[in-house]
This record gives sequence, C-alpha cells and structure tokens, in this order.
Amino acid sequence: MAPIGTLHYLVVAAALFVIGTIGVVTRRNVVIILMSIELILNAVNLNLVAFSRLWNLNGQIFSIFVITDAAAEAAVGLGILIAFFRNKETVNVDEVDLLKW
Amino acid sequence: MPTSFFTGTDYALSLPMILLSLFGLGVLIIDLMLPAEWKRWNAITALIGLGFSTAAVMRIQLGHFADGRPLVGSFAYLSNVGGQVVGSVLMDGFSIYFFYLFLLGAAIAILMSAHYLEIEHEHHGEFYALILFSVVGMMCMASGYDLVLLFIGLELMAISTYVLVGFLRRDKRSNEAALKYLLLGAFSSGIFAYGLSLLYGLSGSTNLQVIAQALQRHYSANPKDPIAIVAMITTATGLLFKVAAVPFHQWAPDAYEGAPTSVTGYMSVAVKSAAWAMLLRIFLWGLYPLRPVYLPLLVFVSVATMTVGNFAALSQNNLKRLLAYSSISHVGYMLLGLIASDNITNKTGIQGILVYLLVYTFMNLGAFAVVTSLRRRDIIGDEIDDIAGLYSKAPTEAVLMLLFLLSLAGIPPLAGFYGKYFIFLSLIQTQHYVLASLAVLYAVLGLYYYMRIGSAMFMRPATDPEPVAISPGMQVALAVTAIGTVGIGILPEFFIRAAGWSLGIQQAGTSLLGFLR
Repeated sequence: MAPIGTLHYLVVAAALFVIGTIGVVTRRNVVIILMSIELILNAVNLNLVAFSRLWNLNGQIFSIFVITDAAAEAAVGLGILIAFFRNKETVNVDEVDLLKW
Repeated sequence: MPTSFFTGTDYALSLPMILLSLFGLGVLIIDLMLPAEWKRWNAITALIGLGFSTAAVMRIQLGHFADGRPLVGSFAYLSNVGGQVVGSVLMDGFSIYFFYLFLLGAAIAILMSAHYLEIEHEHHGEFYALILFSVVGMMCMASGYDLVLLFIGLELMAISTYVLVGFLRRDKRSNEAALKYLLLGAFSSGIFAYGLSLLYGLSGSTNLQVIAQALQRHYSANPKDPIAIVAMITTATGLLFKVAAVPFHQWAPDAYEGAPTSVTGYMSVAVKSAAWAMLLRIFLWGLYPLRPVYLPLLVFVSVATMTVGNFAALSQNNLKRLLAYSSISHVGYMLLGLIASDNITNKTGIQGILVYLLVYTFMNLGAFAVVTSLRRRDIIGDEIDDIAGLYSKAPTEAVLMLLFLLSLAGIPPLAGFYGKYFIFLSLIQTQHYVLASLAVLYAVLGLYYYMRIGSAMFMRPATDPEPVAISPGMQVALAVTAIGTVGIGILPEFFIRAAGWSLGIQQAGTSLLGFLR
C-alpha cells in the first residue's frame, strides 16, 4: 500500500471535475447545475492545495480567492434565479425557451 | 525591488482601478439620497469617475513610463517566487492601450443608457456602479501578469455583467438571458480555473513569465506531455468561451438579445476587448512555448467561428441577434491575426487585432446606439421591421446607421476596413493564403446581411408612425462613434501608430514615448 501522494489528490480532483461537468450538461434543474459548478470549483481548489504542498503557498492563496469567487457567483446566481422564478414559476432549464433562433 | 508589500509604484499603477472602485461605491451611496427624477446625476458621477481614471492612466503613460520600459508592479507576496522577483501587474503599452479602450467603451455605454433606462422604468444607480466595477475587472485582465489577478479580474467583470444582463427585472427575456449567461459563464470560468490550477502545478508559480519558462522546459523534454496539453486545452476553452468563439458561442446570441440594448452594446465591445486582452496575454506570454500545439486548434476554431457566425447571421430577423452573430464572425477574423502573428517574428497580426478592437468599439457601439434609440414607449424596437423606414423618420440616424454597417462590413474608407486590412496583411506576410482567401470570401457574405438592414431602413415604409426621439446623451454617443468610424477611416495613421506603440514596435520618426506627444 503506497502512501497517499500528490497523484491521489489529482485523481480525486479530476473525478470531481468530470462529475461536475457531467452534472452541468445532463441535469435539468438550475439549482443542481449551480451545485455542479461548485463541484468543478472545488476540484480546482483541491488541485491547487495539492500542488501547493509540492511547491509553495501561492496555490493555497489562489484557492482562497477561488472560494470567494464561488461564493459571489452562487449569490448572484441564486439572485438571478429568484428573479427568473418570479416571472416564470419554474427552475427547469427545459422551460427556459424564449430566446432561440 | 519589492522589499515592502505595497510601494509607491504599485499605488500609481493601481490608481485607475482604485479611483473607479471609489466612484462606483460613491454612485451607490449617492443613489440612496437622490429623488427619482434626479437619477441622471448617477450617470454624470460615473462619467466623472471615468474621467478621473483616464487622467490616472495618462499619468502612468506620460510620467512613470518615460523610458518606455514596461513597469512591473510588485504586489510583493504573491509574486516573490523562489528568489525570482516577478510582479503580478505588468504595465506596458499593451495594458495602457486596452485601458483607454475600456474607458471609452464604458463612457459611450453610459451615455446611451440614461434615457433608455428611464423608458424601461429601471433607472437605478446600481447600473452605473456595476459598469464601473466591471471596468475595474477589465483593467485587471489587461494588466494582470499573475493567474490570481487575471482570474479575479475576469470574475469581477463577469459577475458584474451577469447582473447587468438581467437588469430589467420584470422582463422575461432579460431574466432568461441573464440565467443562461450566468450558467454557461460560471461553467466556463470553472473549466478555465481548472486549467490555471494545472498550469500552477506544472510550474510552481502563478506568474505568467515563470509559467512560460516552465512550459518551455516541459515542451522541450516531452512535446506530448499530457498534463501540459490538458492544461492548455482547458485554459483555451475558458478564454475562447469568453470571446464567444465557435463551438463555445451559444450563449452570445441569447445574452445579447435578452440584455438591455445599451448593455448589449457594452458587452459586445468592452467586455469582448477585455476577453481579448486576457486571451492575447495568456496565449502570447504565458502559453507561448505551446504555440505549435495550440495553433491547429486556433485554425479550426477561427474557421468554424467565421462560418457559423456569417451563415447564422444571414437568417436573423432580430437586430440584436443579427449583430450578435456578426460579432461572432468578427471574432473569427481576429483569431486569424493571432494565427498569423506570434508577436516576436511578426507583429502585424497582433497590431491588426488591436486596431480591429478599437474600430470595432466605435462602429459596433454606434450601431447599438441606433438600435437603443428605437426603444420607445410601447415599442421594443429590436426587430428588423422596427428599423424599416427609419430614413423617412430620422434621416440623420439612418445615414449614420448605414455608415456603421458599411464599416462593419469593411468598406473603405471607413474604419472597419483597416481592422480587416491588417489581419489579411499579416496572413499574406506569413503565407497563409488559403485562410486569407476564405476570410475575404466571408467578408463578402457579411455585406449581404448588413445591407439587409440598410435596405429596410431606406427602401421600406415605416411599420409604425411613432417618431424616433433622440436624447442629448444619445446624440453625444452617436456623434463620438460616428466621428470615430469616419475619422479612423480617413486618418488612420495616428491610431495604427498607437496600436504599434502599445506592442513596442519601433516606428521611424517617433520616439517610444508614445502617441500622446
């Protein structure tokens, strides 16, 4: 049993990234899509912290900025979703269909 | 040497951004105290803020820039890597050029907005504050030399723009556009950040210069290093998404159509220029060693972008959507410049992109200003039918719109011609004859859909009797954009020189001191 190294963290992060991407592409509920985007950003954080152990502290500082950004994005996202829900009474992306060519 | 955390140089370099942030906060506070009929003062405060910021940029250009060397702001902690002192802000001609571009785009967009927002009954101070904050983000994107600063700048700009797109809270189309833009934008930012984290892992630094050195070592040791390839592809995906290149363009027509028209204009010039600034900065500075790997990708993307943009624009009946597809096709032309030039052996293409973005700011904002003025009480005014017969109702506006459209199509002697000219010139200089011919053919196709609008304005009768009233702010916006479109076309020398100066191209007869003297 090999000790847990950087590679293990990278594999977990890559898995999170793939799960998040699949979630964004396949899910129909906007809230779940937003959660999938959070998964992608968490994959980024995990990557950064794992690399940070290898190199220097820059990665951890970057990950703090990414966490802040994720919070801001979620706040604005839910705000826009509420404005949308007031007009359309749905959070399902299949019914987001006014604009198309 | 950055021995302290925040030096006088750092302060001077970030002064344009600090001023804009302060004015943005000021607008928010003043807005609380203004009665409803005085909301125009918010626009004026925001314009004053842009003016102060412009002055600060000029101060950098003329004062701190006297010997023509790029200035590197230290912002010490993040940048002091392994004994090598590298800054997180790179203030060179490139950054300064883009700073002026953003300030110009934001100022014209504010002039267009005041009356429009009154008609929509959504005249709030937050609008102007958000525009100022997004300009701060753009400035970070253009001058950032560090992944952290670039990412934060990108997000500051993007999050402000999501809110601006959804600013008409009671309009279903605006809600929907904001939701789509937010979901796809956040998704692409996530992919982009994943690429950045891999770049950090490869190099151990967040600085573009150190990353370029590390990638050079990786590439010469193993040209097919999978992690480097994945890092490059994810980063490129995020960047190409932001400039709306095919196959990552789907958000653009929806967001452009649903957004308030003045915001659409703002997005299509300033936000796009910022995305281009960051794309060029990352592709030409940070990822430069991987150029042989990303070049085929760019060729595919640019041909696909020109094809989809031009063909999809042919069948559009909504003005904003048509201009959205046309802006996608313009991105395709600009990508050709990046394919031809690498900014070391050949700089013509990059200079062409910079000139293109400048003339695009004038002509596209002008076209959107005309579309914005079609919005009247009870008339949404963004279909081609709504612009029909404009010549009989408002002859000056119709003629100006025709000028903007001809310039977008690239007809000399208007400004748009010089944007395309330099791109094609760089393609021929580097023997990309097939791409050059293809681009010229698509430019002909573009003339058709621009002239569809032209023929509707001049040949068809008006569908509604409602007159077109043009507010004073809109008159200023139209005058500035028209003078820019015609002026750059007739006297291009100064602007071409400015773009050359920003890339450090030595020009006979001028000092590097720049285009202001």
